[in-house]
Parts: sequence; C-alpha cells; structure tokens
Amino acid sequence: MAKATRDAYGEIIQVLAAENPKIVVLDADLAGSTKAAQVKKVAPERFFDMGIAEADMIGVSAGLAASGYTAFASSFAMFCTGRVWEQIRNSVAYPGLNVKVVGSHSGITVGEDGVTHQAIEDMAIMRDITGLAVYVPCDAAETKAVIRHVANTSGPCYVRLGRSKVEDVYSEDDDLDVTKIRILKSGTKIAVFACGLMVQSSLEAAKLLKKEGIDVTVVDVCAIKPCDEEGIVNILKDHDTIFTVEEHSVTGGLGSMICEVAAEYCPRRIYRIGMYGFAGSGSWDVLLKEYKLDGQGVYEQIKERLQG
Amino acid sequence: MDVEALRRHANNIRINIIKETAAAKSGHPGGSLSATDIMTVLYFEIMDFTAENAGSLDRDRFVLSKGHASPALYAVLAEKGVIDEEELLTFRGLHTRLQGHPDMNALDGVDMTTGSLGQGLSAAVGMSLANKLDGNSHRIYCMVGDGEAEEGQIWEAAMAAAHYNCDNLCAVIDENGLQIDGPTAEVIGPAPFEDKFRAFGWNVISIDGHDYEAIYNAFMAAKECKGKPTCIVAKTVKGKGVSFMENQVNWHGVAPNAEQRDQALKELEGN
Repeated sequence: MAKATRDAYGEIIQVLAAENPKIVVLDADLAGSTKAAQVKKVAPERFFDMGIAEADMIGVSAGLAASGYTAFASSFAMFCTGRVWEQIRNSVAYPGLNVKVVGSHSGITVGEDGVTHQAIEDMAIMRDITGLAVYVPCDAAETKAVIRHVANTSGPCYVRLGRSKVEDVYSEDDDLDVTKIRILKSGTKIAVFACGLMVQSSLEAAKLLKKEGIDVTVVDVCAIKPCDEEGIVNILKDHDTIFTVEEHSVTGGLGSMICEVAAEYCPRRIYRIGMYGFAGSGSWDVLLKEYKLDGQGVYEQIKERLQG
Repeated sequence: MDVEALRRHANNIRINIIKETAAAKSGHPGGSLSATDIMTVLYFEIMDFTAENAGSLDRDRFVLSKGHASPALYAVLAEKGVIDEEELLTFRGLHTRLQGHPDMNALDGVDMTTGSLGQGLSAAVGMSLANKLDGNSHRIYCMVGDGEAEEGQIWEAAMAAAHYNCDNLCAVIDENGLQIDGPTAEVIGPAPFEDKFRAFGWNVISIDGHDYEAIYNAFMAAKECKGKPTCIVAKTVKGKGVSFMENQVNWHGVAPNAEQRDQALKELEGN
C-alpha cells in the first residue's frame, strides 16, 4: 500500500491527542496540507492555527511547552525550519522545551511549487542545533512510530515528512525502535544508507543491482540525530564501499552525518547521493527521475561510481 | 498600595542593577533602569509571586521579552528573596545562574528564556493559551522594549493574542525612546504604539512608566478588561534614577566603571 508520511502524521496525531490531554497542535495556514488539521476531529480546542506567521507559531509553541504542554508545530519543511531557525534555537532548543517541529512537503518532492518550497537544507540546519533530535521516517508505519516516540520523549525535535505517496516498507504491526538503524537487505562489500523516501528508491536500486550480481546492503537511517553510532559503525566495519542516499543537499544531512561517524571511527570510501543544487518545478515523480533519485536513478548513480 | 514601600523596593533594585553591571563590567543598565518601576509594581502589588512559589507554574508569570534588562529581573528576584544579594555579583560570570540574558532552567523565577529580541511576546501568548486550556485564572505579563517592537514577530504575536482573545495577557511596552543606534524615532520610528496595538485589536492604556499609581491602576484596569489582551504603553526614561545615565543612548549596553558606580550608588543611596 502507498501512503504519504504526512497522512500518517494526520492519523497518529489524532490518536495521541485523544490519549493525552497535554498535547497541542499548531500550524501556520497549511494545516490541511500538513494534515495537522486532522487533530480537530478529536480535540478542536487544542488546535491553534497561527496564520502565516511561523516565527510566532514557534514562540507560541514554546510558551505552551513552558506551561506543561507538548506542542506539535507543523508547516512545510521550508517554513518551519528555514524561516524560523533562530526561534527554534533560542526559544525552543536552548530552554529544552517540548516542541516537536513537524515539517511536511520536504525535499524536491513537494514538486510543482518549485525551488522556493523545496527544503533541501532542513536536515542540515536542524541537525546543528544543540539538543534538537532529528528524525526522517520513510513510510507510514515508521512515521507513526516516530511521532509516538517523540510525543513520549522529553525535549525538542524535528521530524521530516513528505508530500508524495510512498510504498510501505514496514507494517504498522512492526515494533519499530526509531532510534536504531534497520538493515532492510543484507549484502556484501557495499552498503547503502538511506533516509525518508530514498529508502524505497534504494531498495529498488538494490534489486536492479542484484540482477547484475551486485549484492548491496540497504540500511534505513531514521534517526539522523542522535544517530545510532554503534549500528552505523558495525555496518561500516562490514563493508568496503558506502553510499548515502537522501532527498536533501549532500552537505549537512545524512551523507555528512555518516561521513562524520566514519571519519572518526571507521574510515571508508563514501559516495554521497542527493541534491547538488536547486531543483525546479515539476511533478514529484518527474523530479525524482530528473535528479536520479528514483530507483532507476539511484541504481545508475551507484553503478556509475562503482565503475568510476 | 504602599507607594513609599514601592519606592524603597525600586530604589534597592536600581542599586543592585548598578552593582550587577559594574561587577560584570558589562550588561545593560539603561533599559533595566527604565523598566524598574513597572517591574516593582508588578512583583510587589500585582502578581501572586513569592519566593516560595517561584519554582511553580501555579501562579502569575512574567516574560521579560527585552531579555537584556536581565539585571532588573535578577534584582527583583533578590528583592523578593528568591536569591541572595551576593549572588547578583556573579551576573554574567562563568557558570552563573544569572546568565547575560535570562535562562529559565538556571533559576527559579525566570519564567522564559529570552534575549533574542522579538520572541518573548509569542511565548507569553502560548502561556496565555495554556492557562485558558487549563481553565486557571493566572495572568501572564510580558515586558517588551520599544526598540524590540521593531521586530516583525512582535506583530505576529499581537495579531494572535487578539485573535485568541488572550485577556489573561498584559504586555507592557517600555517606551524609553532610545535604542543602540540612537533615538527610536531616528532609527526606524516604531511609534505610535497606542494606535498600532489598538488597530491589532488590543485594549490600550497609556501611562507614565514611573508613576506608581498610574502603573498600578493600569494593571488593575487590564485585569478588568475581558475579551482582549491589554497593552500598557509606558513612557519611561532610559537610565531612570541615575542622573548621568538618564536619556543617554550610550548607557544602553555599557556598564559603569568603579567611579561611575560609586557616583550612581551615592545618588541612589541618598534617596
């Protein structure tokens, strides 16, 4: 089945808000798109639309959190991270408040809206903020596990979600520990670390590579920060060549994180697959193809570099 | 209301603002002194704040959105018996609870971490919404600088507070007319605040921010106003109480040296 991670957010936030009267949900005039508005079905009094005023949304979330509430604040990833980086740093992360920033429509797959709406730097800028956890789930089940995890964990975080429908990697019955990496396919010599919908692309690429006798390991890295250092190092130790795949700039996100861990504990040749510049308008599937981030594209990029 | 007692408290607070900034050799005396009388009335006549409930959420709360007036907040907390006066001299030092700008996790009685201008009023709106959800009658007070109100986020928060009928919220604009680069009117001209807040849907009260009776009456009137938040626009004097600091833009973010400290203390201690 295919479902967008933002849809999964809309479903789980209703469940959590119904369970916990101290959960509040805020949005900045995109509640229908981010699916935050779904919470109105169960707790209309705990949903606040702050209008097109993201800075205020983050500050109001901080105030609610300083009063004992757990505040989920959502918008498109571009606007709830980039526009409000300093509000998140100073009003949320520094005081360590329970604000969960949920950015939907991340990466290039927001699609036709084009570059102004395509957050390809959000992981980088959020990852550098002290005390702020960063999660990038790949499908509906993992999204629900992440949202449940952050709702039950004290402190601030950023959760990166997407607009487009993505194939299920997990079942909602799976007991997912979102703080650990997960090996989805075991191979030899070559390992592919992926996050978000690049997990599906990497699994597809792995199938194509297998046909040619190249057996790669595929790892889902949902916890970008704090990362599962031990798990990552174990993968690095067992493989010679590493690929990272992310729907994000190749600087500052998953690729950089894996490089940092490798440089410190287990140096390896690492190739970073992701965005090397701004994209542009286009439907999400056309864009993934254009920037070689669909299954076929990731397969081609891996092959190219292996032959290089 | 005991005006004489308020005057005594405010004078002690001013003395400690001078001592703190002089000891730290840095800090912001000008905007601390302009806010002193308003904060004194708030903490000694209006809010249900005590040394005993300083660490609790179950009371009125105060957000110092103009966080650089931290010397005033710490001096108030000392005057209320939350901290010892000696600790004031650790202001801005290594590992102090009295960080350069207020840290809510360092010290009970600091209700919000502030310092980056423009952000505190949003937090106060969040606290106001929380109190409404909780159904309690505690009030939220927020002190905003006039220069600070040049930040766009202040107006985002103003819009939200009115939209959500935050009548448990009272903002105070400390309109001392000066900011780092000069008089606010010359820098960018954020005034008139009365018209702006009124247009944003607030109840607005304009007062002399050094007149205890006027300050007290304004806070009491704010409590009575239902259905919308109140903004008290307080005309103040930057550096109030120390003759050579009054209305001097240079005293925004400069600490007195030993000689200036002694002169300032001589003036204040003679009051």
